[in-house]
Amino acid sequence: MSAEPDDIFRDICALLQPLNKEGIELTRETRISADLNVDSMAIMDFIMEVEDRYDIDIPLNDLSDIYSIDQLVHYVHGLVSRKKA
Amino acid sequence: MDLLEKHKGLAERHALMQALGVETIGVTMEKILSPTRALINGRETILAGTNNYMGITFDPSCIEAGRRALAEQGTGTTGSRIANGTYALHRELENELSRFLNRDHVITFSTGYQANLGMLAGLAGPQDTIFLDADSHASIYDGCTLSGARLIRFRHNSAADLEKRLARHDGEGGRLVVLEGIYSMFGDRPPLDEFVDVKRRHDFALLVDEAHSTGVLGEHGRGLADEAGLEDEVDFIIGTFSKSFGAIGGFGASNHPDFEFIRYATRAYMFTASPSPASIATTLQAVRVLDARPELRDSLRRNSARLHTGLRDIGLELCCDEVSPVIAVRVRDEPSTVIMWDALLKAGVYVNLALPPGTPNNTCLLRCSVSAAHSEQDIDTIISLFAKVVAGAAGDAAASA
Ligand SMILES: Cc1ncc(COP(=O)(O)O)c(C=O)c1O
Repeated sequence: MSAEPDDIFRDICALLQPLNKEGIELTRETRISADLNVDSMAIMDFIMEVEDRYDIDIPLNDLSDIYSIDQLVHYVHGLVSRKKA
Repeated sequence: MDLLEKHKGLAERHALMQALGVETIGVTMEKILSPTRALINGRETILAGTNNYMGITFDPSCIEAGRRALAEQGTGTTGSRIANGTYALHRELENELSRFLNRDHVITFSTGYQANLGMLAGLAGPQDTIFLDADSHASIYDGCTLSGARLIRFRHNSAADLEKRLARHDGEGGRLVVLEGIYSMFGDRPPLDEFVDVKRRHDFALLVDEAHSTGVLGEHGRGLADEAGLEDEVDFIIGTFSKSFGAIGGFGASNHPDFEFIRYATRAYMFTASPSPASIATTLQAVRVLDARPELRDSLRRNSARLHTGLRDIGLELCCDEVSPVIAVRVRDEPSTVIMWDALLKAGVYVNLALPPGTPNNTCLLRCSVSAAHSEQDIDTIISLFAKVVAGAAGDAAASA
């Protein structure tokens, strides 16, 4: 699986589409909860999709520091790289 | 800056409901007539959203026990057991529960919510990892957060997903897996045997919140683990006095030899007032009633099966295929759910309005809870009101679609 930040960004955008009810343009700066106007449960369910996609665990404790798509991309990239190492 | 600004979304949601002509948060029961009846807006209403599973809130022996404790021991304990001391009644309740639950140690808390805060924060710390089911109750999420442990959420009722996550875990610190006996919104239960199987392959402690299953499931009414014959595999249980016991309070129980030390380590026990004498006394008597009257469980099962079948037969979509005292009807969207809930209330039946994010998978629910105290006639009335209000509306929507 290719897991460079750009690939991860594309994946995450695809996984976020079902939550993107208003069809806004997703960029690195998009704030997942605030801009997409989704509740905490929906965010946690979306995170599970990301976990499945990359075979990783993202502890709930870390979610409070992840606001933007870019932060999530970097977080996932970090986990995936450490897994390979 | 206005601190309450952050809750603007709630105000908007409330305004939307009012625009639909529905008052959802102001429902007041003017008079409680029985475990299954109250006066609401001046009208006698069947209660089908109480969690009063055994229907013993008006049991004469419980009321008498509460009255006596109130007269003899006063209105409140005015402090925590750590600071102000334990009443003999607290001990008596813990001993009686320990016998009923067949567990060596029981610690009582002031509510079920606090039992979860106190137990989870007492068991796990920042070095540990808690694996919790995705559909866990808010009090479990809050207890987990309070513990400071690393929190890993696994897919609802999936032992396979839990196992995958355990295998990925670095194995550092202690590991605690948290399930519920009956999930509060959908009424479904976990495949406990599959989780126990995973436990044989991976090292962790297993905790089950039996809030909705104590008194309800199992040969002895001890909950899911009792029903599954797997009590030895469940290391810790949590429960509440607010449902089957018809009172208020909660408990944690275990056979772990050091369990008692949780009392001196967990803030939700140490820094809050202990339950009042009357609460303890009615709960204590309720444990005895549940023990002496297993037929209440049978009535509950019969009533649950009757409502389950009845609602399914009128074409409603239920969230759980198994019969359970929690029966949730899925509705397509929030406005319809709110309107149907209100129409049911006006027609004479009170159920719970359950909306996201308080529900799994973004679902909108009309949630019923069945009581042993419902009569067959009550159940049939509930079904016919659902047929009139909900099945009718669903049909109209399909026709106009
Ligand atoms: C699964 C579960 N755990 C704990 C609680 C909290 O119990 P209580 O309402 O008695 O505080 C509830 C219900 O409210 C629940 O559904």
